[in-house]
Amino acid sequence: MADVQSNEQDSGKGGKHKKARAKKQSTHIDMTPMVDLAFLLLTFFMLTTTFGKPKTMEINMPVKPDNPETQQKVNNAMTILLSGDDKIYWYFGELKPETQLTATNYSNDGLRKLLLEKNNYAFEKISQLREQAVKNNMADTTLKRMEVDVKGEKKALMVLVKADDKAKYKNVVDVLDELNITMVGKYAIVDLGQQEFDLINNFKATP
Amino acid sequence: MPKVKMPKKSPSLDMTPMVDLAFLLVTFFMLTTQFRPDEPVIIDSPSSISEKILPEKVMVVSIDKGNRIFFNLEGKEIRKSMLQQMGDKYSVKFDDNDLKRFSVMTTFGMSVQELKQYLPMGEEERKAFMKKSQGVPYDSLNNQLGDWIRFGRLADAQLNPTTDREKQMRFAIKGDSQANYTAVKRVIEIFQEMKVNRFNLITALEDNPNQ
Repeated sequence: MADVQSNEQDSGKGGKHKKARAKKQSTHIDMTPMVDLAFLLLTFFMLTTTFGKPKTMEINMPVKPDNPETQQKVNNAMTILLSGDDKIYWYFGELKPETQLTATNYSNDGLRKLLLEKNNYAFEKISQLREQAVKNNMADTTLKRMEVDVKGEKKALMVLVKADDKAKYKNVVDVLDELNITMVGKYAIVDLGQQEFDLINNFKATP
Repeated sequence: MPKVKMPKKSPSLDMTPMVDLAFLLVTFFMLTTQFRPDEPVIIDSPSSISEKILPEKVMVVSIDKGNRIFFNLEGKEIRKSMLQQMGDKYSVKFDDNDLKRFSVMTTFGMSVQELKQYLPMGEEERKAFMKKSQGVPYDSLNNQLGDWIRFGRLADAQLNPTTDREKQMRFAIKGDSQANYTAVKRVIEIFQEMKVNRFNLITALEDNPNQ
């Protein structure tokens, strides 16, 4: 602002000599409006920009025909049943007539603690691997491959996720997420059987 | 008493470096910004710790909280070819204008018959229409979603033939947190009927407790 005013004064004083000399102009231009505009644009773009694309979770569904039978024979398997109102039930091993469900929830002390307990073997081993990887400067791809190997071992937990018709999509994603956090590598989303459906209903009916 | 003299300084300072920086940032943001396309439905994705980024070429099936299905596949030529094949199958006549309008749209959710009425509409009409729409039909009697998927894949295979696994089309499911799992299951079934077994579930980012 000051620059503009002083410029005007200069030209007023120098009016007499106009013919004799080429007009001398200050090299300073008032940049304030330009800066205002620049910052306005800057703010606009900063606020409207969304960095990156949405994140995704990859999932492979079991191929249709050879579905349940081969998987239920696995010993170290846990079945998680999802129902409406954010309820989770689980049982361990094969489904037998005397199988009892246990209820749990989505909190850290619920499902995550449970999964960590059951998958302790793989979780500990992977944690150790990661520590070693940092010490030995191991390549990321090597580490990834070793982690996959550990997750695929026989001692590692296998989980079957079954959702009933009242479960929400969020429930399924939350469970998958917990499985990823607790480093369970072998899991599948399978259809709910009639027997399990009855089990859930019985569980809900008994106070 | 001697007066304390303050040194006189000009109130104007050299703003050039600041302006340089400001313009640099403006240019950066202008070039990197991608305007979010106007989605007809709001979908509140559940969160997960996954940090994988959505691949470039992807077919997105969205499920909103009312269990309505929406479909999106980018690419002008692919969309044109897809709509034409869809029109042939359901005997709905789409003219050049319709094709052009469809090719620049994004996500849509209605039956092919309704789509014919939807395409010439203006912005406001479309919004009103979307509120009432039932989504893409996907029950076993009128499985239009399955046809969209099939024709989408066909069009893509014809227009961009590739054998590179990485460049092949991926399939994403964008479900609302409150959508019923049965609706998602049905969508997965439809995909599996077409031998697609690998999905990307779109989620929002959440902190990983292990790190």
